[in-house]
Amino acid sequence: MEMNEAVVVEGLTKRYGALTALDGMSFCVGRGELFGLIGPDGAGKTTLFRLLTTLIDADGGRAAVDGFDIRKDYRLIRKRVGYMPGRFSLYPDLSVEENLAFFAALFGVSISDNYELIAPIYRQIEPFRTRRAGKLSGGMKQKLALCCALIHRPSVLFLDEPTTGVDAVSRGEFWEMLGQLKNRGISMLVSTPYMDEATRCDRVALCNEGRLLGVDTPQGIVSRFDAPLYALEGENMYGLLLETRKMPGVVACYPFGESHHLVGCEGFDPHRLVGELERMGFCGVSVRAVEPGIEDVFIKWMSHE
Amino acid sequence: MSNDPIISVRELSKCFGDFIAVDRISFDVARGEIFGFLGANGAGKTTAMRMLCGLSYPSSGSGTVAGFDVMREGERIKRRIGYMSQRFSLYDDLTVMENIRLYAGIYGLTRRQMLRRAVTVLDRLQFRSEADTLVGGLPLGWKQKLAFSVAMLHQPEVVFLDEPTGGVDPVTRRQFWELIYEAVADGTTVFITTHYMDEAEYCSRVSIMVDGQIRALGVPADLKRQFAVQTMDEVFRTLARGAKRSE
Repeated sequence: MEMNEAVVVEGLTKRYGALTALDGMSFCVGRGELFGLIGPDGAGKTTLFRLLTTLIDADGGRAAVDGFDIRKDYRLIRKRVGYMPGRFSLYPDLSVEENLAFFAALFGVSISDNYELIAPIYRQIEPFRTRRAGKLSGGMKQKLALCCALIHRPSVLFLDEPTTGVDAVSRGEFWEMLGQLKNRGISMLVSTPYMDEATRCDRVALCNEGRLLGVDTPQGIVSRFDAPLYALEGENMYGLLLETRKMPGVVACYPFGESHHLVGCEGFDPHRLVGELERMGFCGVSVRAVEPGIEDVFIKWMSHE
Repeated sequence: MSNDPIISVRELSKCFGDFIAVDRISFDVARGEIFGFLGANGAGKTTAMRMLCGLSYPSSGSGTVAGFDVMREGERIKRRIGYMSQRFSLYDDLTVMENIRLYAGIYGLTRRQMLRRAVTVLDRLQFRSEADTLVGGLPLGWKQKLAFSVAMLHQPEVVFLDEPTGGVDPVTRRQFWELIYEAVADGTTVFITTHYMDEAEYCSRVSIMVDGQIRALGVPADLKRQFAVQTMDEVFRTLARGAKRSE
């Protein structure tokens, strides 16, 4: 299979009884690429990670990681990939440094072999190296898990929702770390429920119910939003939301931070909407055209499913 | 309904040994508000919330929640409030209906009340067909919506939601917020923590905790003006970056 790709997925399928978790998924992750996977719970993201890290077998299709087939060459793949599962997967009764030594031993390396790779991250938790992993805060656990996933210098790193439950500042720091790893040539496949993180990826795949809705650069995904989009504000935001949805020409209306986003049909007249809403007794209503973001595209695609 | 604040606390503190987890926080929450309780990981939010819910007693300070004293009436507070924890709080190996029955029993509802509210909940969530499904097999977003409805079974005056939308996709997050809006329209007060700063904008007022203290409190629009920034995300970052406590 293609040696110039970090991950190749072709028609990959996985069933659990009557449930098809992954339904003929196909895409590639280039070498050195930071590739994002976004989709709701049950979209098949974790199943995909488990297939590509050779923890479970596929029912159909094929895939290669770092040029090796996930079925035939699983032993080779396991030496080459790092995996940070969604759930905290370290040993809570071992200390920070014991966990790291354990994962290094599993892969037959010593901590010093690749220390320079993890140093920028490990230095932040080193003051707590004798603390049991179970007693670490969420942000520190996450950094330790990343160190353990990197200790054998993997060529491809799989990160399953690494920042869920993490505050905005720590999330930003985590993505800066991923940026540094990318500069070191590590290919990454990362899933996230945060749309602002999706914009930090080279390319993004939107998936739902085991299938891909689209793969593109963040800018490319946004450019596929093909309807007029407006931001709506006023007093009584909840009432505004409910009434606007009933208005003719309004395809969708949903809360979006301080305003509501409104998707209009072709030829939608925002001034007429404001007039209608004011006649109904809403005060201070304003509508202005806005540029869509990835979150708008995600919502639109999901509602078409 | 009285006009007294549903939550009113002064100088509330919680210490664990030498560590001051919550450091003299004071605020009021009016009835019918959506109060956003923000802060970085480790800022002390969960500890503060546990005191407000009657799950732990403060080390010092004073205050009331739903009319009861936070210093000594924890048990009575527990009966009057709803609480949805950060970790999913339903039983995976019980069905949807069994979970509803269990919590209805815990809150002391009669069988008739339980059945009536169960129907309301299942209809509102469009869950009728899933009544006999094991909760463990439901998608996360569904579980969260069900957990919220279960926390509201006994029609509490105030409901505490601890990161209810963590890890939930943008569409399901919005559906969850519509449940919140509905509850507020029915007169419930909502006290919520979140790491999504767009959700901070949906709150009537927000407070931001740093190192155990409340460093900012107000209407989102006023806070943005005060910090001279465009978004709540920037307000949060400005404050949280100054944190000394290493989580």
